[in-house]
Amino acid sequence: MRKFKEFIIEKLILICGLASIFFVILIFLFLLKEGLALFKTINPAKFLFGKNWYPISEPGQFGISPLILGSLLVTLGAAIISIPIGVGCAVYIAEVAPLKIKEMLKAGIELLAAIPSVVLGFIGMVTLVPWVKSIFHLPTGLTALSGSIMLAFMAMPTIVSIAEDALYSVPKSYKEGALALGATHWQTIYRVMLPAASSGILAAVMLGIGRVIGETMAVMMITGNAALIPHSILQPVRTLTATIAAEMGEAVVGSEHYFALFAVGIVLFVMSFIINVTADLFLHKERR
Amino acid sequence: MRNTQRAEKIAFFFLFLATLLIVVPVGLIIVIIIQKGLPAINWQFISDIPRQGMRAGGIYPAIVGTVYLVVGAIIFALPIGLLAAIYLSEYAKDNLLTRVIKLAIVNLAGVPSVVYGLFGLALFVIFFKFGASILSGALTLGIMILPIIITSSREALESVPYSFREVSFSLGASKWQTIRHIVLPNAIPGILTGTILGLGRAAGETAPILFTVAAFYLPQLPHSVFDQAMALPYHLYVISTQVPNVDEKIRYGTALVLLVMVLFMNLVAIIIRYRFRKKKKW
Repeated sequence: MRKFKEFIIEKLILICGLASIFFVILIFLFLLKEGLALFKTINPAKFLFGKNWYPISEPGQFGISPLILGSLLVTLGAAIISIPIGVGCAVYIAEVAPLKIKEMLKAGIELLAAIPSVVLGFIGMVTLVPWVKSIFHLPTGLTALSGSIMLAFMAMPTIVSIAEDALYSVPKSYKEGALALGATHWQTIYRVMLPAASSGILAAVMLGIGRVIGETMAVMMITGNAALIPHSILQPVRTLTATIAAEMGEAVVGSEHYFALFAVGIVLFVMSFIINVTADLFLHKERR
Repeated sequence: MRNTQRAEKIAFFFLFLATLLIVVPVGLIIVIIIQKGLPAINWQFISDIPRQGMRAGGIYPAIVGTVYLVVGAIIFALPIGLLAAIYLSEYAKDNLLTRVIKLAIVNLAGVPSVVYGLFGLALFVIFFKFGASILSGALTLGIMILPIIITSSREALESVPYSFREVSFSLGASKWQTIRHIVLPNAIPGILTGTILGLGRAAGETAPILFTVAAFYLPQLPHSVFDQAMALPYHLYVISTQVPNVDEKIRYGTALVLLVMVLFMNLVAIIIRYRFRKKKKW
């Protein structure tokens, strides 16, 4: 009897172990199920490269290139801001900061990661957006730049914590060897630690970027949501994520618009899948 | 020699500057929200329904809605996540299947939150015909926090020394008895930390509940799991972008309540982990 009970429990454990695979596949299948219906009426090339996103005009135009470019522009801006600051902070925490301050800084970074994106979006709206408007003398502060700055803050916790882990896992002997040869602490960090941790830091950067591409609420609240091909970082843009969040509420279930938003979801899912798998490969290289 | 030392000083100064550039804004954000939100907080704000088109009154239904959603998500995610963590730490062999499971967890953690919203809409709201309801929203959030719970529970289980298991086996206990009576009790603080972090994440997310449960304005409390509900993060989004002329105080107050809920849970998790590390005997 007890053997039977344990058999059941162990099978249950196995099933739950497989649940993550099941859910990833389920998500992808349901995105495909709803999204691929669009391509019965719309050419996939026109969807990906079309320049106009007018989903409610008659007939609707579903070109997502302005949205892709909007996402890329905001992400690029956020990456330029967050990578040097994030990696610098990781080096400071891992190598320079005294032990007590180190723990406090780590807790602070965790708090930043915990602030809900809608709260960051709200704070961005009431502080950052007016600043950007007055500094650059713009008609509106709801621009790609504002979005990039806010998103940089959402990428930083990921970058800092993973890059710090990577630096921490560099074997102690590397560092001791460099110091024994007469290198200063900074020379050791710059010439030995950073190269040794490079694949982990690369993974940190990629996961940070993945977080930025997928971010929805803050970006929707502060980038202005104009679905036009952006020409400058001081213009309003609209991202892939914001499009889904802003329009799904009005799209009629089963309409072309509804299918198109799911197709945008497929694009996002594939992007995040590629980023995560690549980052994971880098992390595994690190461990070896 | 002097040059290299100066280079080090300059380099360390910039590293310190980078750290300040993260820490100071975080501090400022929290201080601004507390300073401007605190005057809005009173008993009426916490316990009343929104009035005059959400320009007055309180946020009680949104608080209750968020609590329901978070509890629902945990009821769904904790058992599955914990058993999955037990599988990975106690049963999984170092083979391709385990590698694929780990990759799936990483991917689940990386799926954009709005894509979870789409998935919840397609599967729970439409396919299972749950409609926009607490059930749909809680299940969607539950799947979203699954990777957090699995990862932290697995770490907690793996940090229990192997010798504990060997002693238990040598006394004739079966594998499941060992897990149930030896490994799990020693891993509880770590599992708790992960669960609370998952709660905090579920409480703060907006995009997954947009199309699965969130009601724009609903002045009464939900009666069953098939009802729509208001939720704090969505309410903050609505009053800061969709409704004109809402008093700033109410916006900041709502942001403060949400922030306190989420940060409180994170703080509890940090404290549990810290105390557990100090107390650890092995």
